[in-house]
Amino acid sequence: MAELIVISTLNGVLFGMLLFLLSSGLTVIFSMMGVLNFAHASFYMLGAFFGYQLTRWIGFWPALVLAPLLVGAVGMAVERYGLRNTHKHGHVAELLLTFGLAFAIEEIVSMIWGKSPVDYRVPAALDFPAFTVFSTNYPAYKIFMLVVSVVIFIALLVTLKRTRVGLIVQAALTHPSMVGHLGHNVGRVFMLVFGVGSALAGLAGVIAGPSLVTQSDMAAFLGPILFVVIVFGGLGSLPGAFIASLLIGLIQTFAVALNGSLASVFGPLDPSLGASPLTDIWNVTIAQIAPILPYLLLVLVLIFRPMGLLGTRES
Amino acid sequence: MTNAPTPSIAVTKQEPGGALSFYGVWLIAAAALIVLPLIFSSGGSLTSFSLIGIAIIFALSYNILLGQTGLLSFGHAVQYGLGGFLAVHAMNAVASHNWPIPLPVIPLIGGIGGMAFALLVGWVMTKRAGTVFAMISLGIGELVASSSLILRSVFGGESGITTDRTSLMPLFGWTFGPQIQVYYLIAFWVMISAIAMYALTRTPLGRICNAVRDNPERVEFIGYDPHVVRYLAYMFAGFFAGIAGGLTAINFEIANSAYLGATQSGLVLFSAFIGGTAYFFGPILGAILVTYLQLGLTSVTSVWQLYFGIIFIGIVMFAPGGIAGILMKHRPLIRAGTLGTVIPSYLVAAIPTLALALGVILTIETVARFSGDAAINLLGIPFVATAPTTWAAAAVLVVGGFLVARITWRRVAEAWDRAATVARDRGYLA
Repeated sequence: MAELIVISTLNGVLFGMLLFLLSSGLTVIFSMMGVLNFAHASFYMLGAFFGYQLTRWIGFWPALVLAPLLVGAVGMAVERYGLRNTHKHGHVAELLLTFGLAFAIEEIVSMIWGKSPVDYRVPAALDFPAFTVFSTNYPAYKIFMLVVSVVIFIALLVTLKRTRVGLIVQAALTHPSMVGHLGHNVGRVFMLVFGVGSALAGLAGVIAGPSLVTQSDMAAFLGPILFVVIVFGGLGSLPGAFIASLLIGLIQTFAVALNGSLASVFGPLDPSLGASPLTDIWNVTIAQIAPILPYLLLVLVLIFRPMGLLGTRES
Repeated sequence: MTNAPTPSIAVTKQEPGGALSFYGVWLIAAAALIVLPLIFSSGGSLTSFSLIGIAIIFALSYNILLGQTGLLSFGHAVQYGLGGFLAVHAMNAVASHNWPIPLPVIPLIGGIGGMAFALLVGWVMTKRAGTVFAMISLGIGELVASSSLILRSVFGGESGITTDRTSLMPLFGWTFGPQIQVYYLIAFWVMISAIAMYALTRTPLGRICNAVRDNPERVEFIGYDPHVVRYLAYMFAGFFAGIAGGLTAINFEIANSAYLGATQSGLVLFSAFIGGTAYFFGPILGAILVTYLQLGLTSVTSVWQLYFGIIFIGIVMFAPGGIAGILMKHRPLIRAGTLGTVIPSYLVAAIPTLALALGVILTIETVARFSGDAAINLLGIPFVATAPTTWAAAAVLVVGGFLVARITWRRVAEAWDRAATVARDRGYLA
């Protein structure tokens, strides 16, 4: 049991930090431009596939730098030539544009790399067990992922809170026109933020690719969870996104690791009852309901605390 | 988000003979539904017509949310799928108990299923419009789709639940075994639902829905609760989506968890938006086009969904009013008789635009078939995906088409402005 708790906590924090790499960009983009970027998880997927392809061509370490930059460039192009032109048609049109993009990117990826998982391996330099807890070998690559996410997290925090650029970005979040009057190019700030957000998502993809499955449906799988994270944390709140990321990461990981069901706690139901929704619920294991837990959380949060954990506004 | 300027439905004054042309449209539609299978009587076209009919009801029901009330839903397939499942269970129950309920009533049960679910979750969901509604509809969609795989006894797991539509009581000698009888059943429900949904837009409720879409704050000032209005709209949308789901269950004699999924929700959003959400007939056009493309493209190319995505992005970026919006934009020009001055510039712009489209198609097919079957047949011209000449042709078409199209479309805009000014001078709003 202690082993399960230690390993699951490690994995949960890791998954949570990955989620935060994605949700931080998403929530900053949302509070700045008012656009919920449906294609954000697609940038994560692009990062994984670019990482895979570049790893095959030039090796993992150059790919770790180049792939996020490429994804960032794609993101900036999307902002500059897509969203900026759609802005005049209103937020619904912008949201739908990113929705269409997410759809198209998934199709393009599965067209180029196929629908089955690609063979994106952990680099040989990191392919060894870092330490052994109880009897489980914990892979060094996961520690590497954790370190990268924590470094990025600190860098993001310092940039936003301690630098001039961060100051301008923070100001542009709430008072874009005032920032414009002070002589800053708000359009360029938006484009840069969108690019950096996409690049972070891409980075998450590059480092998560070898550990999780790199497949053309990974965006469709992660995208909804991402939205749960930022709604749960409070739309536009970066600390909220951080807490929600860790929380959902831990909940997901622990749920998958637990195998209990109502039947294992209270004993099996009388077989004479036959097949009914009750027997389904009675026999389902916590691991099986893990995929729906985030959505249950979302519904509960929206009922009891519509602004999310640390959010300040309702919509 | 709800304050975004969306073109509202034009409230035209009743002209003399307006009633005749109004009822005429519906009569022509009904006649077309009856005559169509007599003209195109092959099995394939009957199946297509049935699917298009269902898609029309589904897209119209979606537009009660998006077009009329301004609610962007990413989980509309939930009501559709639940309606389908309830219909399948109802059919099985009716058949096993020998109840005297004929098949044409079953879609109504599906509709009630969709409405009941909307009744259950709608109050919480419609508390807020805009992004929050979009997110929660997405969340509920995922929740229900994932739960359907857990509750195997109700949803039948991955394989779904099957039924036999001919096991119900025959009606006037119709057993609904042959596809033609199912087609007429669907056509009947298309007509009924379309009339009902159109009537809904003309009721005070329909009008206040438009007001909630455009300015919820002022609706509150005149004494209505926007939340209640959104809730009602959500229930009606769920009802008609459930009817569409019930018809699908009858048509395929199966309901499975794919009915509830995100793909289905995405397709109905595409249909409604490509057709145009500002006009009642927009989603009908969109449903016909999307279903037709879906059926037609799957046999031609393996990446048909990508074409959907591209068409959708194009519509969102360049014509957010959809097809209906483009058509209705020309109405004042036709009335003022100035459309003729725009047409030449359209024809000029059509050539590079077509070249651009062909270039994009050639590029996509080249990539898609690079490692498999390399033969491409575009407009009767054979291409080989691995040949550099094909890549060059695609590049020339895309780049050249784009550069020339940009110039010609600027000319179209100028010609359009001139024609619209003349139309305005003659007293027709443009």
